Amino acid sequence: MDEVRRLSAEVVVIGGGSTGCGVARDAAMRGFSTILVERADLAQGTSGRFHGLLHSGARYAVSDPESATECCVENRILKRIQPDAIEPTGGWFVALEGDGPDYSDKFLRAMERNGLPHEEVRLALARRLEPRLTRRAVQVISVDDAAVDGWALALGTVRSALEYGARVLRYTEVKGIGLTGGRTSTVHCRDRRSGEDFVIEAGFIINAAGPWVGRVATLLGIEDVTVEPAQGIMVAVSQRLVSRVLNRLRYPGDGDIMVPAQTVSIIGTTDAPASDPDRLVMPRDKIQQMLDCGEALVPGFRQARGLHCWVGARPLIRDDSVKPAETRKMRRGMFIFDHASRDGVEGMLSVAGGKLTTYRLMAQEVVDQMCLKLGSPRRCRTASEPVPPPPTDHFVAGQVTKPGAGAEAPEIEQPDWPISPAGRQRPTGPRHITDRLAEAESTRADDQIICECELVSRRALVSALRRHPDDSLDDLRRRLRIGMGPCQGGFCAARSAGIACQEDAWSAGQAVAALRLFLRNRWIGQQPLVYGELLKQIALDNWMLYGTLGLEQLPASQEVVL
Amino acid sequence: MNLSPTLAGHALARASLDACVKCGICETRCPVMAATPLFPGPKFVGPQAERFRQGLSVDRSLDYCSGCGTCTLVCPQGVKIAELNAQARAVMKAHHMPLRDRLLGRTVLMGKVMSPVAPLANAVLRLGPVRALADSVVGVARQAPLPVASVQSLGRWLAQRGRSRANGTEVSGPDDQTGCEPDAVGRESGAAKRGQVVFFHGCAGAYFEVETSIKAIEVLEYLGFEVLVPAQGCCGLAQQSNGLFKAASKSVLKLSRALRSAGPDLTIVSASGSCTGMLKHEARQIMGVDDPELADVSYRVRDIMEFLAELDAQGELPHSFQPVDATVPYHAPCQLKGQAMGLPALEVLSLIPGLTVTESGQACCGMAGTYGLKKEKYAIAQKVGAPVFEVFRQAGASLGLCDTETCRWQLRQGTAMRIEHPVALVHQAYGLGTCLATD
Repeated sequence: MDEVRRLSAEVVVIGGGSTGCGVARDAAMRGFSTILVERADLAQGTSGRFHGLLHSGARYAVSDPESATECCVENRILKRIQPDAIEPTGGWFVALEGDGPDYSDKFLRAMERNGLPHEEVRLALARRLEPRLTRRAVQVISVDDAAVDGWALALGTVRSALEYGARVLRYTEVKGIGLTGGRTSTVHCRDRRSGEDFVIEAGFIINAAGPWVGRVATLLGIEDVTVEPAQGIMVAVSQRLVSRVLNRLRYPGDGDIMVPAQTVSIIGTTDAPASDPDRLVMPRDKIQQMLDCGEALVPGFRQARGLHCWVGARPLIRDDSVKPAETRKMRRGMFIFDHASRDGVEGMLSVAGGKLTTYRLMAQEVVDQMCLKLGSPRRCRTASEPVPPPPTDHFVAGQVTKPGAGAEAPEIEQPDWPISPAGRQRPTGPRHITDRLAEAESTRADDQIICECELVSRRALVSALRRHPDDSLDDLRRRLRIGMGPCQGGFCAARSAGIACQEDAWSAGQAVAALRLFLRNRWIGQQPLVYGELLKQIALDNWMLYGTLGLEQLPASQEVVL
Repeated sequence: MNLSPTLAGHALARASLDACVKCGICETRCPVMAATPLFPGPKFVGPQAERFRQGLSVDRSLDYCSGCGTCTLVCPQGVKIAELNAQARAVMKAHHMPLRDRLLGRTVLMGKVMSPVAPLANAVLRLGPVRALADSVVGVARQAPLPVASVQSLGRWLAQRGRSRANGTEVSGPDDQTGCEPDAVGRESGAAKRGQVVFFHGCAGAYFEVETSIKAIEVLEYLGFEVLVPAQGCCGLAQQSNGLFKAASKSVLKLSRALRSAGPDLTIVSASGSCTGMLKHEARQIMGVDDPELADVSYRVRDIMEFLAELDAQGELPHSFQPVDATVPYHAPCQLKGQAMGLPALEVLSLIPGLTVTESGQACCGMAGTYGLKKEKYAIAQKVGAPVFEVFRQAGASLGLCDTETCRWQLRQGTAMRIEHPVALVHQAYGLGTCLATD
């Protein structure tokens, strides 16, 4: 029997969502050798399946002041250390006719009491700033909400972790945890792409698997880590209808948040208990409910082109004082399970609860506690040091090559303003919706747009393929946003697969298999929204991909595609 | 900067971008995209880029759009591509407005200044050094076709005619403009058997292309209409296409009031094809001007050839045409096609015995209003126009036809042929003058 590969690390982090990535970064920055294992892609679970809101804390001011304050502080920290992932859109709490003054009064008192920044916006001004806001709005209060990209956030965190020497193993499933004398000692893993089993000798394990945290605990025979996954449905329409986050000024309820996330508008969310975070469902009536909620805030929302819908599982901690059906009332705050004190197993902490907005704080607290257990207190620096900016090689600086040399009359090939090399520097500071258009404008003479909806250039795609040859089309989507615009990959997916072949990253068979999988996955989120303009797009895409290209008939590679 | 003054039109166009399925049909028909890689194309600057703009000026390459509107016309999904683009340009111009574009919008001013001193003004504009100065300082391409001011403005012709009618003598149109033979045939002046119509002459029709206005009026009068010509100003199209929405909105509203002053419910007829489009749909769809007076005028206004075709459809257009034995090339301007009324000039001209009209089959001649006058766009406009010039030259005729003024300037320069409004041949076939000598 072959000897299995053995790795070792002082800290093994299980789970590559925002929290796990944050833990890996924090541990690595404190000088621990760290390995992160994730069974799929980074931020593919909960951290990539939300509405894109960076909380200001205002949503929880009344119901959970502790979470509110945490969100408020972390919101400011993240804007400082990860500006590339955040667009500081600001947010409003809007009371509509019939909402009643009850909540509004409580809200304002709670905001005051907790020192959360807020300001009343005159209705006339509000209507000028957000012309699509419903005329039924009777009160508007502005807060510090922002839009955040969960993937950019996790990828930035991981870039920092990598700089501090951490290793990140994607598509690696934890199959077992070995104990030596009542203490965890090994993590048994399987590389899901190669099928290889291997072992990591672990000094300490932090279980940050989000809604799956209980399942990881069962690997140690611990059955009562009671995370109560609560599933929420989100619906995106294909353009920005508002330019700031809109919240309903009422008790937290379904569909009370609309976020201008990147180029789209997202309405969310529902809240229902989910028994299995791997089997979340999107009931049609819930999707219709979300569209109605969008319509209530922005009349015409239902006429906007449906883009995609998805469902995520919040890793809420079961609170025995709340009935299981009432998950919204459960604490949004984080919870750390000390398996030594509660289960008699040394060497592992589980962390759950919390919010994407507070991922850094959760990481800090769990790593603090680990340091205490290891008897090696080290200071956390994640709040003060910015994460490294995204890779710059698709913003190549240098001379612009003039297009169309030869047959074209030269005088009309000169733009009437210079395309300056300075214009192609990576945008720094907070992200803004116009960034990618500005970049496309500056490189338009010498780069090609592959994903037309989301303005992803060929250079960005090729650079990502070279850096991550194992990426699937969905992984590239999370990195680059290919296939996330109105056509949902109808055009760019086949182009990207073709380029991957051209660049020798994939074989033709792999490209076909990857394309099929990608389109199948996209379809899950499109299917419930097949009406109006999206329907026409799907018809065209199907004619092209299945009619003209014959995607179902093409020979595909038999390898496992993830 | 928010796009507040134009929000009404913008919301309309912006909503339409949802309909884009990325098919690329607009790209295959865009005349500018075919001529230069500097323009990213209608799909890119329209429905795609608009999702990223949020009312801000980001991508200056959109200014390479000539505004011909072919994209909107061919879009099978109803995306208001050209409108989106015109709106984004207005935002851009709010930050970056060359003096040149401001001047090009002031068409009435140009006419008023040049017309009284026409021979001098025309001579000055032909001077190399003057054009070189205009090129380098103002940014009007030195080779670009500039209008030739008419010695006699339409207003003076109307006034003179009024006086001579009172004296019992007739004058005909000034013959030094077009080389047309003056005709001595008297008209049934004053015998308005079919009621009144209002004539909208446009700026060019008042000062530069006066001959066309005169012929259109004479044809209408020959048909038995009493033609009313109220004092009127500019429709604002040149300002609109240069992104000056505020001034353009003011102009179009003022014009609407002026045209309505002639009387309620009267049909308004114009030989100024592009200005008609401004009144019919552009002011509302591009700038979002939502005004009952404009709506009333939009409903009543007709292009002269459209008006004649409608009369024919009702059996009210006399077919007493004298033969014109000739083959004549015709280019239907982009701004005319955008009015979605078919090609009425072809319908009407087909009634003239002996006349064969060859259509250019091209989307645009490149001029697209004032686009081809601009220094940085001149070469592109020439390249866009080249296929049209070619069709015209191939026709082997001395005369070519086109409905809009600046396009005629472009075609005159590009082909060295005489280029007239199609109504000129109707005028001739009714025996009102000789525009094209035939054997």
